[in-house]
Amino acid sequence: MSIYILRRLLQGVLVMLAVTFVCFVIFRFTGDPAAIIAGQDATPQQVEQVRQAYGLDRPFYLQYVFWVAHAAQGEFGKSFVSKVPALRLILERLPATAELAVTAALTALGLGIVLGVLVSLRPRSWPSRLVMAGSLAGISTPTFLMGTLLIMVFAVQLGFLPPFGRGDTVTLVGYWQTSFATWSGLTHLVLPVVTLVGYQLAVLLRLTRAGMREVLNEEYIRTAWAKGLSANRVIFKHALRNVLIPVVTMSGLMLGELLVFSIVTETIFQWPGMGNLLLTSIYESDQPVIVTYIMLASVIILTVNISVDMLYAVLNPKIRYA
Amino acid sequence: MPDGRRSTFGRDFLHEPAAVFGAGVLACFLLAALAAPLIAPQNPYDLRAVSLQHFLKPPLWYPGGEAPFLLGTDDRGRDILSTMLYGCRTSLLVGLGVVALAGSIGVSLGLMAGFYGGRLDVVIMRLADTLFSFSTTLIAFLMLGLFKQRGVLIVILAIAVVDWVRYARTMRGSVLEVKEEAFVQAALAAGCRDARLLLRHILPNAMAPILVIMAVDLAVVIMIEATLSFLGVGVPLTEPSLGMMIAIGKNYIYAGMWWMVLAPGGAVVLLVVGINLFADWLREALNPKIGRRR
Repeated sequence: MSIYILRRLLQGVLVMLAVTFVCFVIFRFTGDPAAIIAGQDATPQQVEQVRQAYGLDRPFYLQYVFWVAHAAQGEFGKSFVSKVPALRLILERLPATAELAVTAALTALGLGIVLGVLVSLRPRSWPSRLVMAGSLAGISTPTFLMGTLLIMVFAVQLGFLPPFGRGDTVTLVGYWQTSFATWSGLTHLVLPVVTLVGYQLAVLLRLTRAGMREVLNEEYIRTAWAKGLSANRVIFKHALRNVLIPVVTMSGLMLGELLVFSIVTETIFQWPGMGNLLLTSIYESDQPVIVTYIMLASVIILTVNISVDMLYAVLNPKIRYA
Repeated sequence: MPDGRRSTFGRDFLHEPAAVFGAGVLACFLLAALAAPLIAPQNPYDLRAVSLQHFLKPPLWYPGGEAPFLLGTDDRGRDILSTMLYGCRTSLLVGLGVVALAGSIGVSLGLMAGFYGGRLDVVIMRLADTLFSFSTTLIAFLMLGLFKQRGVLIVILAIAVVDWVRYARTMRGSVLEVKEEAFVQAALAAGCRDARLLLRHILPNAMAPILVIMAVDLAVVIMIEATLSFLGVGVPLTEPSLGMMIAIGKNYIYAGMWWMVLAPGGAVVLLVVGINLFADWLREALNPKIGRRR
């Protein structure tokens, strides 16, 4: 088990190195990095100082080592536009994105599994058919369209819910401001969360249902029924447990999607998160911010995926020794 | 594929209204995309045909609507229906392009990984897992955001960078199953060369799940293209795109001009629903584990 964990961690480090290499190549070969790090108003002397301080006058491989060393300490240079260190700029936006994305992910996972199981038990009943039709609409509606339509209906036509922004927030600790503490914050959360949940919920629901339908046909489930076990035990202990592995894997794999769809959602709802910042930075070619976002996103994705793999090893003993 | 199943294939299809509807929708869209220059009232990307005088016209049935703009015009005076027809061309071109490119890369790599196993398998599948955990849309979005060039081909390439993984995984899985079959072992014992074994014996028998993935993927890629274009990193402004139309339309929702979003949005959803219904049917028809439902 510990060898398995060690190997996964090592793979994670390798991937992270590959990501830093790609980022480095982007950083190094699009414009003069010394000028970029020094900022747009720097004098030639200052640029020269930065060049030496960052070792940019040295050979390529040494430069890469220096760059990684700086990146590991969170130094990615300053944003061109706001002149603030890129990492700080992004971390300030992290809470808004985290609250939105985590709420959406947990809702999608919970509802997806529950509805998936219910639908698989009575596939021909009309509520099941309704749920499946809804899930078809869910996987067939791109997130950006879902968000736009929700604004059109609930904000513009009906006027129930606010169409953009985060509403009133309360400072929790440090710079973490939360939307959960005020009514206005909660109402502002509804439409973006529904937008972000839609597609993921549909995917997880369909995956759970498909898995359950296959598993419920297996011999050992028939045996379990035949033994006279209670429905709860058969469904949750014997069937669902085997279905959960692909579902958990999928929800881990959907983290990348969650990040990119949170970019879409934040853009539509002018949500002050990191996705919104990234898109603005792309329009403004603000490279330090883009590169920092990529690195941060990679760390998050890798951490979650490695954790999911370990959870997996706990759920399924066969994998541990592979 | 066993004979018994193939003979009922076509009949099963006709008994499944959802599948017929899905295939019909897809066929209509393909036809409309091919015939766009013939049936569209206007070529929205021909500057001589477009006039700014006709900007933001409502649909024909509203007061102020004007022929031939059935669904009205956008902020540049382009006919919305025509732009949609041309936009479907872009959607399907990108969709089919990615399916062809990513499909052939993924099938080849999956075939090799499954057949040869060992270190090659580990390298290919680890790369696949890693790329996939970053998600197709995220990587395509970041790549297009960093490289300032725009074009349909570039969008296809950016999506295919990760998208081949779907095919490789599925292919590897079915190769591993087929490899154990008696006819493969027999061919191997008869001294069949690797290339012949792979292409004549294994590939055709491992293709069924790939067909399902191709259908699902077409729908996914069409949505990705629309998303990228909506965000402004997809096809260039000079190319028609449903995603870009919705981005423009979004600016006018407060003015109550719902058709600017609903018309192109409805087209995307209808196309994707059609493909997904067809894919659902294909998956069940080809999955021996679930069996026939009637």
